[in-house]
Amino acid sequence: MGMTGLMKVRRSTLYLAMTAGLALTLALLLLHASHAVRAAQPGFTRKAALVRQVELTDLCLFTEASYTRHPSQTDMSTPFQDSPLSLDHFPSGALLGPPDHLTGNQRD
Amino acid sequence: MRRKGKNGALLLVYTLVIFVLASVLFFSHALQREAALVLKDAPEIIVQRTQAGRYHPIPVAWGAQIGRINGVISVRPRLWGYQYDSVFLANYTLTVPAEHAPPAGSIDVGSGIARMRGASVDDIIAFAGHDGLARSYSIRDVLSGESQLLTSDLILLSEEDYRDFSGLPADQATDLALRVRNPREYATIAEKITKLYPDTRPILRSEILRTYDAVFGWRSGLLIVIFSAAALAFVIFAWDKATGLSAEERKEIGILKAVGWETSDILLMKFWEGTVVSLTAFLVGIILAYAHVFWTSSPLFAPVLKGWSTLYPAFRLTPFLDFGQISALFFLTVVPYTVTTIVPSWRAAIIDPDTVMR
Repeated sequence: MGMTGLMKVRRSTLYLAMTAGLALTLALLLLHASHAVRAAQPGFTRKAALVRQVELTDLCLFTEASYTRHPSQTDMSTPFQDSPLSLDHFPSGALLGPPDHLTGNQRD
Repeated sequence: MRRKGKNGALLLVYTLVIFVLASVLFFSHALQREAALVLKDAPEIIVQRTQAGRYHPIPVAWGAQIGRINGVISVRPRLWGYQYDSVFLANYTLTVPAEHAPPAGSIDVGSGIARMRGASVDDIIAFAGHDGLARSYSIRDVLSGESQLLTSDLILLSEEDYRDFSGLPADQATDLALRVRNPREYATIAEKITKLYPDTRPILRSEILRTYDAVFGWRSGLLIVIFSAAALAFVIFAWDKATGLSAEERKEIGILKAVGWETSDILLMKFWEGTVVSLTAFLVGIILAYAHVFWTSSPLFAPVLKGWSTLYPAFRLTPFLDFGQISALFFLTVVPYTVTTIVPSWRAAIIDPDTVMR
């Protein structure tokens, strides 16, 4: 197709081609995701065994404060340990809400 | 498409809003799924002792009493705590594992510690214990990088070393880990424990798992800021569309009506105009978010996640992604936008063309 031929392609056709390309990419990403999840299963089994061996209770997401390093093991007073009116000043405190069992929600 | 500059800017901002929302959603969902999968083997019940609301070591002897409660298979005293390294300004978690503990004098370290200190197997690491005296340990093993999200800051050591290091007496433990046969009995056993020892606090495994629903939960501070920024962006879009049909756009609608277009034709055209912008923004935003969260280690979130800590895990999440998440994002972004583009056009399209063009 020559230059003039390219110019004649309608914009709507270009748009449809682009959208179809993007939708196809998204579909491929969904396939990639399901493949990656399947491939990660043995890794999850190994990690679960490690959790049992070391008796771990939490993910190592934030190491800056004890109550965000082990959020499931913490209590309500630790984030405010410096004084009752001192606000929680670690950045991770803004990402991690207090666990349900501390905020009074019922046990199942 | 008409009004290239305005629509181009709109497309860019819209894509960015969807990219940020999708990144947060993908990241938090993948993290929650990963937490649920790996922590499913955490102890069924942890019993902590508290004194006036504060955590306190628990007497090991209480384990024998608790072990007699029906349904409890085993009770094991857990020994763990923190160590602040003033040289590297990092916090470590010291733990005595239930199985395969290193022999006295040696430790296993998480890969985050090994990376930060440049340490490897057989190196010697020294820490000052509770009495200020330094104790040195040789590294037996570095825990696999694969498990960083669990073990990055861990130091595994023997019970003997832990007690010597922390000064915790032999008859006390950090807390008790219980194994229980029947999940239906968890709550009853927890109740019996608090009746037996009122100053204890049992934490169930289901509660541990639920804790991670609160990571990046919409109520946590930073996320409220992000979500309200996104909501505000949509309000601005809607407001702009609802009030900002320019004279030129109204004239265009008037001309179309004058040449014989029906109101429904105009609405259909405006609907497709809105769809072009929002569908493109949606697809590009989602694809970019996927690449950001699952193909790189979420570099845009990294400064937020690291916070003030010098020791952090370098992890890449498994792409737990489902159609439901994508359709939720679609209905929360594309649909409201398309609706807001139609209403003002309908208002312009029902008035007399002569009035609009004049």
